[in-house]
Amino acid sequence: METAHWNLESKDARQDHRIIFDLVEPGSKVLDLGCGYGDLMYILTREKNVRAQGVEVDDAAVYECVKKGLSVFHSDIETGLTEYPDRSFDYVILNQSMQEVRKADFVIEESLRVAGKVIVGFPNFAYIQSRVMLFFRGRSPITLSLPYRWYDTPNVRFLSISDFQDFCREKRLRVLEARFLDDRGEVRRLPNLMALNAIFMVARQRETPAAAGAGDSGGTS
Amino acid sequence: MSISEARNQTAEDGCIGVVETQYYTFAHPPDELKLECGKTLGPVTLAYETYGRLNAEKSNAILIVHALSGDAHAAGVHRGEDNPGWWDDMIGPGKAFDTDRYFVICSNVIGGCKGSTGPASINPGTGRPYALDFPMITVGDMVNAQRHLIDHLGIQKLLSVAGGSMGGMQVLQWVASYPERVKSAIPIATALKHSPQQIAFNEVVRQSIMADPDWRQGNYYEYGQPAKGLSVARMIGHITFMSDQSMEEKFSRKLKNGDYSVKFGADFEVEGYLRYRGESFVKRFDANSYLYITKAVDYFDLSDGKMVSRDRPIDTRFLVISFKSDWLYPTHQSQEIVRQLKAGLIEATSCEVAATYGHDAFLVEIDEQTHLIRHFLEKTYYGNGTLESGI
Repeated sequence: METAHWNLESKDARQDHRIIFDLVEPGSKVLDLGCGYGDLMYILTREKNVRAQGVEVDDAAVYECVKKGLSVFHSDIETGLTEYPDRSFDYVILNQSMQEVRKADFVIEESLRVAGKVIVGFPNFAYIQSRVMLFFRGRSPITLSLPYRWYDTPNVRFLSISDFQDFCREKRLRVLEARFLDDRGEVRRLPNLMALNAIFMVARQRETPAAAGAGDSGGTS
Repeated sequence: MSISEARNQTAEDGCIGVVETQYYTFAHPPDELKLECGKTLGPVTLAYETYGRLNAEKSNAILIVHALSGDAHAAGVHRGEDNPGWWDDMIGPGKAFDTDRYFVICSNVIGGCKGSTGPASINPGTGRPYALDFPMITVGDMVNAQRHLIDHLGIQKLLSVAGGSMGGMQVLQWVASYPERVKSAIPIATALKHSPQQIAFNEVVRQSIMADPDWRQGNYYEYGQPAKGLSVARMIGHITFMSDQSMEEKFSRKLKNGDYSVKFGADFEVEGYLRYRGESFVKRFDANSYLYITKAVDYFDLSDGKMVSRDRPIDTRFLVISFKSDWLYPTHQSQEIVRQLKAGLIEATSCEVAATYGHDAFLVEIDEQTHLIRHFLEKTYYGNGTLESGI
């Protein structure tokens, strides 16, 4: 294959890809929504024997995925989820793509329907540099993870790590993993202030036997 | 390889050279071909061509299936002729269907008039052309007949089946009928079923032929084709194959003779073009064949999980291609194919190519199709041991 071998040890490898690579179980089934040029799918299929299906709206990225031998649907993310039966995949990956989706809550709910676990990676809007730009300079934040200007950003949803944690509580989602990154590596302290990017792995709340039984009995007794 | 590199390579690569149409006759009575309509047909002849070489394992065979008025001559040239086959830009050494690697087969459909058994063929029962005694054939019957040819060639599993428009329907039908014999499928600019709009165009096409008194209820073979009706039918077809933009670019409002004739002659270039295409079609295509084949594609319907479903798992890989400016087989029909694949949990790739040529794009938009098909086939043929089958 003529594609240059992208690997996790190379210094160009993205930290977020390394983390997601570690989270995904070998041999599992993955739907990568907004898979871009397919680098993550490529390494998952090669190194972890993962079966991956991508969804990507950008023409050039689709052609690149095909060149890498990957399976990719040329469509937007919302359309990409419909028609899949429940639990079609082990994981849905929404890495750096959820913030570009208008109906982000719908996409996460649908992702939780088609996969047991959903991995979400997004830029943190409450990063310290963002706060400084907004508070002291009165300007829309531009950071390493939010590199766009107000008029050319593809992002339509702006959220902080705390926002997402609130969302998980509100939707009763289990956070299986939460990892935070700055430009040098993982951030352990005060992530909502110190992290450029976050990666969450979430799942639905496990149904307790009592809760599951309640529906069956119908509460007639 | 980038798309522009693919273009250069395509431009540099040669043609296959001189090719010859071959014929395979089977279904001799009493073992006639059973058709979906309940009738039988036999003997049946299929015209076909092959390019490249079948490997020892017989694992590199690709079947190319043609559109409504296509034929078996997909690539190369016939001896003494200049015109290459209808998909010559896609089939050949170094091209999308690389004949240095793959053994490519193209067969004319039954019901056609390019060497395969159709309504213009002689009915062995009467010694005269079948005309309307020819049984109603379906896309399923076309594919069943091709399966006999593939058996005859000794091929158990095709590396791929590929085609555009009605060819794409045959691709889908191959998966529906013989999923275990198709390693990959490339349906291009096609649909799981015709919409009322598509049926409507075909009905106007048929009415145009049948309204011509020269059609004589189909029994025109002693007298010559219903030229007017068939010509108008083809003109309608050509309008649907182009996009508004491609017509603007090709013709605009350019005049043939510099000024209006103030009569009903062909003033505009687009009129001249349509007349020319209509008249040349009369010389090369049988009117009754057009009736039968348009009806076959109107009857075609693999929607609602009739191709693949979760209860019927298959391991065929898919590459679904559509074109942005194609309003005859719009992208949403390709997305319907994709939705059925998703429901069946099939690994697949889909791409809407940003072409401006309308439905004709599958014949003329070479660079993007070459990029997609070349890499898809490489993956299907060579694999990497991990991505062989469905999700």
